[in-house]
Amino acid sequence: MAELTLTPNLDRPDDFYAELIAAHDGLSEDESAAFNARLILILANQIGNTQVISAALRAATKPDR
Amino acid sequence: MNRLLWEKENNMIHDRYQLAFKLYPYERSTDQDADAPVRHPVVVMGGGPIGVATALDLGLQGIPVVVLDDHEGIGMGSRAICFAKRCLEIADRYGCGQPMLDKGVIWNLGKVFHDDRKVFEFNLLPEEGHKFPAFINLQQPYFERFLVERVREAQASGAPIELRGKNRVDDVTVHDDHVTLEITTPEGPYTIEADWLIGCDGASSPLRGMMGLDFEGRVFEDSFLIADIKMVNDTFPTERWFWFEPYFKSGASTLLHKQPDGVWRVDFQIGWDIDRKTELQEENVRARLDAMLGEVDYEIVWTSIYTFQCRRMKKFRHGRVLFAGDAAHQVSPFGARGANSGMQDVDNLGWKLGLVIDGKAPASLLDTYDTERVFGADENILNSTRATDFITPKSKISHIFRNAVLDLAEQYDFARPLVNSGRLSVPCVYDGGPLNGADALPGGPSRTRPGSPCPDAPLDDGYLLDQLGGSFVLLTIDAEAPDGLEESGIALRRVALSTSGAASGVLAERYLGEAATGVYLIRPDQHVAARWATFDDTATRTDLRHAIGLE
Repeated sequence: MAELTLTPNLDRPDDFYAELIAAHDGLSEDESAAFNARLILILANQIGNTQVISAALRAATKPDR
Repeated sequence: MNRLLWEKENNMIHDRYQLAFKLYPYERSTDQDADAPVRHPVVVMGGGPIGVATALDLGLQGIPVVVLDDHEGIGMGSRAICFAKRCLEIADRYGCGQPMLDKGVIWNLGKVFHDDRKVFEFNLLPEEGHKFPAFINLQQPYFERFLVERVREAQASGAPIELRGKNRVDDVTVHDDHVTLEITTPEGPYTIEADWLIGCDGASSPLRGMMGLDFEGRVFEDSFLIADIKMVNDTFPTERWFWFEPYFKSGASTLLHKQPDGVWRVDFQIGWDIDRKTELQEENVRARLDAMLGEVDYEIVWTSIYTFQCRRMKKFRHGRVLFAGDAAHQVSPFGARGANSGMQDVDNLGWKLGLVIDGKAPASLLDTYDTERVFGADENILNSTRATDFITPKSKISHIFRNAVLDLAEQYDFARPLVNSGRLSVPCVYDGGPLNGADALPGGPSRTRPGSPCPDAPLDDGYLLDQLGGSFVLLTIDAEAPDGLEESGIALRRVALSTSGAASGVLAERYLGEAATGVYLIRPDQHVAARWATFDDTATRTDLRHAIGLE
């Protein structure tokens, strides 16, 4: 059964991060939020497995401090 | 009349900054009494670390070099503090790496905080088997002083280096085959000529201005307040602490870093619209420090406010004039790529200019200084810009992503490589470089491919880089080859090593990989020019000629 990966897995983390931020250049806040929504849906489809996505949703929930 | 003109007419040169060490006081030169302008092979403009290192590189080759500086020594204030391995290796090749290492503070542990929480800590886990550590922290005036002391030592044994203090270049005229310099001194003006002029006169390079050359890039709208402080009861560990949005509100980010002499560097990000004078008042600096440090007694050693830009000149070579260090390129301080990359410029330029002056290489070899170091500067600008964008997010969405990374990094390993408070400064590999030759070592490690700086390795007696030195070398590992050969006026010296010694596992891992034997052609700046499994006379000669720009 597939599991959510929470250890480093990006081959070029700095390149990824720079590309992600650059993708938002020139977008308004609403446009950025919409961009993120589309991106999440695309990545979720790439993952495919609902259990993994559920685990990701739980991991992204901000813990109480 | 402007200040410079007034000073020029009255033969006065005012100090623009206070000196930490007065190391090259003004002395009258015989050039000042000559009937006609004296011609020098090389003149270096600027007596900072890059200018003095350039003089050392050339002087140790026996090439006469004159350094002109409008001050009489080293400026006060620690400024650059992180000196990386490759920079120290270059200094070691010039003979002053050891005092830097002895004086410097070595650190491996870093902690990253967000608000009042520790996000994670990291250990640089330096790779074993290198003479020098990944980094030392050392105040820039010490770095410069060790370079100047080495110049004095080299002069005593005959190196033709001259350091001329209070010699301000006020005008240059660039000709096809030389440069004319108009110089002002406390005793009046004089003129000299240079076959080659190297501009090492810093980020605000007057030489660049005189030649009307571009220096374009990106301005970052943020100011940083530096306070170097001495703790009275020093109980802080030797670690790098970096806060994003610290709870003590002394800055949008804050860095705490140890230097020699019990001095700590504190660096507060304080925003763009600030009044420098107000912020630098002692009570205001202390208010920030007190909020951060709590009940700690300290003495303020030095304070400064800086802003920065990431930019470079389009070209580093302009005929007979070459630019190096901050004069040619400027980066943000995150990632320690300023002084460190300037030293790599010197490393790259020194041997090339030496060969051109000796008539062994065509002047076009100097165009490869431009190609290779522009490539390096772009890599440094890219890395330091990314760190800056992470530390000082420029839009709401990038701020949200930045804080999301920090939130996740607190809990999950995967997000930690995304946290960027400055990447370890490493020398660039001249991939696709114009001087690279064959990569004909099947199974050879990627890290020693042509264009790479040679990684150090322990030998039974000392270290590999000590053996390479500063000339062309044929490094053979478990391979047969003649003990030396001469090609196009270059004496190629063989360094023959075997993997039968006790310490050789590391050497094999770094230079052989899966291969049984290896032959490397190594440049004087200790970058790999070409490599093969076995020695081939024709191939070696061809790639040596290629590496000096002959074909």
